[in-house]
Amino acid sequence: MTILPDGRYIDDKPYERDTGAEVRHAELDMSNARLLWIRFKQHRLGLVSGLFLLFSYLILPFAGFVSPYTANERLEDYLYHPPQLVRLFHEGQFIGPYVYKTEARMNLEEFAWEYEADTSTPAPLEFFCEGSEYRLAGLFKTNKHLFCAPEGATVFLWGSDRLGRDVFSRIFYGAQLSLTVGLVGITVSFVIGIVLGSIAGYFGGFLDWVINRVIEILRSLPELPLWLALSAAVPSHWGPVSVFFIISIILGILDWPGLARAVRSKFLSLREEEFVRAAEMMGAKPGRVIKKHLLPNFLSHLIASATLSIPAMILGETALSFLGLGLRAPAVSWGVMLNDAQNLASIEIYPWTAIPMMPIVVVVLAFNFFGDGLRDALDPNRS
Amino acid sequence: MAILRFAVFRLLTMLATLAVVSVLIFAIINLPPGDYLSNQINELRATGQSNGIAKAEFLRTEYSLDQPLWKQYMIWMGFFPGPHGFSGMIQGEFGWSFEFDKPVADLVGGALWMTILVNLAAVLFIYAIALPLGVIAAARSKTWIDYTSAFVGYLGLATPNFLLALILFYYGNRYLNLPIGGLMDPKFEGEPMSFDKMKSVLIHLIIPTFVIGTSGAAAMMQRLRANLLDELGKPYVETARAKGMRESSMLVKYPLRVAFNPFVADIGTLIPSLISGSVLVSVVLGLQTIGPVLLTALKSQDLFLSAFVLMFVALLTLIGTLVSDVLLALLDPRIRFGGRDK
Repeated sequence: MTILPDGRYIDDKPYERDTGAEVRHAELDMSNARLLWIRFKQHRLGLVSGLFLLFSYLILPFAGFVSPYTANERLEDYLYHPPQLVRLFHEGQFIGPYVYKTEARMNLEEFAWEYEADTSTPAPLEFFCEGSEYRLAGLFKTNKHLFCAPEGATVFLWGSDRLGRDVFSRIFYGAQLSLTVGLVGITVSFVIGIVLGSIAGYFGGFLDWVINRVIEILRSLPELPLWLALSAAVPSHWGPVSVFFIISIILGILDWPGLARAVRSKFLSLREEEFVRAAEMMGAKPGRVIKKHLLPNFLSHLIASATLSIPAMILGETALSFLGLGLRAPAVSWGVMLNDAQNLASIEIYPWTAIPMMPIVVVVLAFNFFGDGLRDALDPNRS
Repeated sequence: MAILRFAVFRLLTMLATLAVVSVLIFAIINLPPGDYLSNQINELRATGQSNGIAKAEFLRTEYSLDQPLWKQYMIWMGFFPGPHGFSGMIQGEFGWSFEFDKPVADLVGGALWMTILVNLAAVLFIYAIALPLGVIAAARSKTWIDYTSAFVGYLGLATPNFLLALILFYYGNRYLNLPIGGLMDPKFEGEPMSFDKMKSVLIHLIIPTFVIGTSGAAAMMQRLRANLLDELGKPYVETARAKGMRESSMLVKYPLRVAFNPFVADIGTLIPSLISGSVLVSVVLGLQTIGPVLLTALKSQDLFLSAFVLMFVALLTLIGTLVSDVLLALLDPRIRFGGRDK
């Protein structure tokens, strides 16, 4: 220890460099995205759900390839066929995946279709085979399928419906609409919510008052009757694509108030911060202040909360289509498929027509868990 | 007095909201091109039946469908005199259903009460389920009770209401011998209220209430649990425990009372989704509420009928929100006096 002439104390020991610090506190040097990823990874359920969703969306363009039949292909001889088991062993011997041929019989006492399997001869499944023609990713015409039914037999993994269409294939085709309806809807709601919310929060005053009243009114109304009323207004001669877009827009139009309210309250608190004032002093126009200085502050949180409102839209589409006011046949969506399972009789006699419910439940759950994980990872006040 | 003033203020806001909502609803109803009568006239023209046309034309002027839209709205609401003087919503004249050829009021009379009944039952169900479960889940957090209730809650949130209804209906009938469809035994229909009829209605209500209430109860339970958990970490809880207070009475006496606020406030935001759910479930289960009426009316563009049902649904929601706001103000003085500072 030495004392300098001006009275300060100095330690004489040589400077000890803390060599392990970079390793021990590696997170201090990490980018924001990487930190986010590390925190998100800890939420196991969220991670698994996220991967599942990623996989589901990636498979959408290849729905035609994965499914053995096309969406509206009818096998008139196999109405209400129960799900078929794909077996591997025949009489104790491994012969690869195969199914049995079945034959339809009308049960005239109960008025239900019954199928009898011919268990003597196995019919092996074909792979990378040629079936009916479809468009891969909506662009390339092809007739290759991952697997298809052997000659003279059928492969209905999850049964067939009222018109002899394969439920398994239709679920894949239905996913194309059911999964994207939420994305289009959330985009609409996101745009409206951010624009109106930031106008209300940034400018305040009369505009704020008006937008706030609109938000309150929309939030106090039951959604479904309004959805019904709006979709009843869709002209019946429109094509499936226009109906799809208009339904997604309808779903989005009633969803924005929650988002706008969140944006507004954030803006109200951030508006008074110094960096905003500084930007304004330097002559930034409101549009620039909102886009460059304010929004990036909490955009990630908005995305997380948007993820949580996608399931509501998926369920909304299902409900509308189920009631016959949403997407209409020949378009295939999970709601349209469930329309067939509308009465008790079909649930009792042909329970597999209600199978499209499973992907709905799974996807909605996955979105919920994924959104939760994302929100937790983004929350800086997390314990 | 303060509470009365608050209630009156909220009532006035509600009426103003209702006025705006009526414009919105009328606009939405008139979105599809044409109306029921002009469609009918076109159809009659196309098939060459001329005697029906006169009647339809008569109805068109009778209900002033030939007027411009804003005037139609004014007449419908009763701000403007129609062909028969002032006879709109505020005068208690709900218009004519073209599809059923009956006054709207006759058509929906009983259904209105049933709608209120079903929704009331759902609200009671939500409170009865969410309160004890929420408290238990918070008090025993991170145990199997907590996880099970969270799992069931998530499942309830993710399953489409209408399917849950169908499935429960099927199994309820099969194993518990619960009745299928409707809100009462057919033999009681149109009968005056009696004990047996009441019993029949109650038994029929079990499944619809369950289906409509589940997702709401799950959300409410999670909210209560989160709020209660926040409170349980606070020093005053520690103090109460340190004094040797019994856990259960401590829980009910302090943290629960603080955490109770959102519990009451939430019902206001829950009611819209409850009513949505009840409309859907009623259609699937064939309950005699206004759900199925609304669906047929919308599909056939039955102007006055769908407008009235939508107005009623909106009114019901607004009243529910009003009640929850007033209850909240009664419960929490901060809200009662909140309007005055600044």
